[in-house]
Amino acid sequence: MILAAEEALVAQNIFFGLIAAGTIFGALRVVTTKNVVHAALWLVLVLAGVGANFLLVGAEFTGVTQVLVYIGAIVVLFLFGTMLTRSPIGRDEDVDNPAWYLGLIVAVPLLALLSYAVWDQWGDDHIDSLTPAAAQTTADVSDSIFSTYLVAFEAIGFLLTAALIGAIVLARKE
Amino acid sequence: MLLNQFLLLAAVLFSIGVYGVLARRNGVLVLMSIELILNAVNINLVAFGAYHGTVSGQVFALFVIAVAAAEVGVGLAIVLLLYRNRQSIAVDEVSSMKG
Repeated sequence: MILAAEEALVAQNIFFGLIAAGTIFGALRVVTTKNVVHAALWLVLVLAGVGANFLLVGAEFTGVTQVLVYIGAIVVLFLFGTMLTRSPIGRDEDVDNPAWYLGLIVAVPLLALLSYAVWDQWGDDHIDSLTPAAAQTTADVSDSIFSTYLVAFEAIGFLLTAALIGAIVLARKE
Repeated sequence: MLLNQFLLLAAVLFSIGVYGVLARRNGVLVLMSIELILNAVNINLVAFGAYHGTVSGQVFALFVIAVAAAEVGVGLAIVLLLYRNRQSIAVDEVSSMKG
């Protein structure tokens, strides 16, 4: 039984490595590609990888929501935005700032600092998501949303309505 | 699984997103980089939720997803308006309010 758990752990770690490599590669392509449509398609890979990570820690409902909302709606919104603003569909040499290296000067030290802080604080703490008792089911999530976080849930609903009405007002032709 | 492997993946995604926000000139690409940052936060929330054995992390990740949807809606409307007024979505050209 313990052996089976260890084998499952090895499988989980292999899958995590593959997913993480794909996610990071996709994210690098999103910020470096010259083609706006390709950036949106690489973003799909990143979002799917993040959703797979959610499934890996047993967050099933969040993983499915990630696929539905992000890949289903937000990427489509990005593609519509690209079309409506008539961004060049092919390669475009003009998508980066002239001073793009300033981004590296900020991002690389930030990554070093974050990695050091995370490593220092949570050295080898483990997530126990293998046991069925520790899995967080959809029913638990819905119980939590509609009891503890009910006010926050209503506020989010109001925010979403207000934001989408605002978007319509902004984008409407006079 | 280590908690750290998720936190480090999130740190890498966050840094790539920050780089994208600073280095990109096209408004739509800046919004995509912001999505990378929000996803990094979601990984952290869900990983910590699993680590502590509560569903609060997942609930907050769902809230962040909802806020991200609202943000993209308004953000793309603003980019569209920018394009309509200036025939360009280069964010560094939007400097009318520069002192």
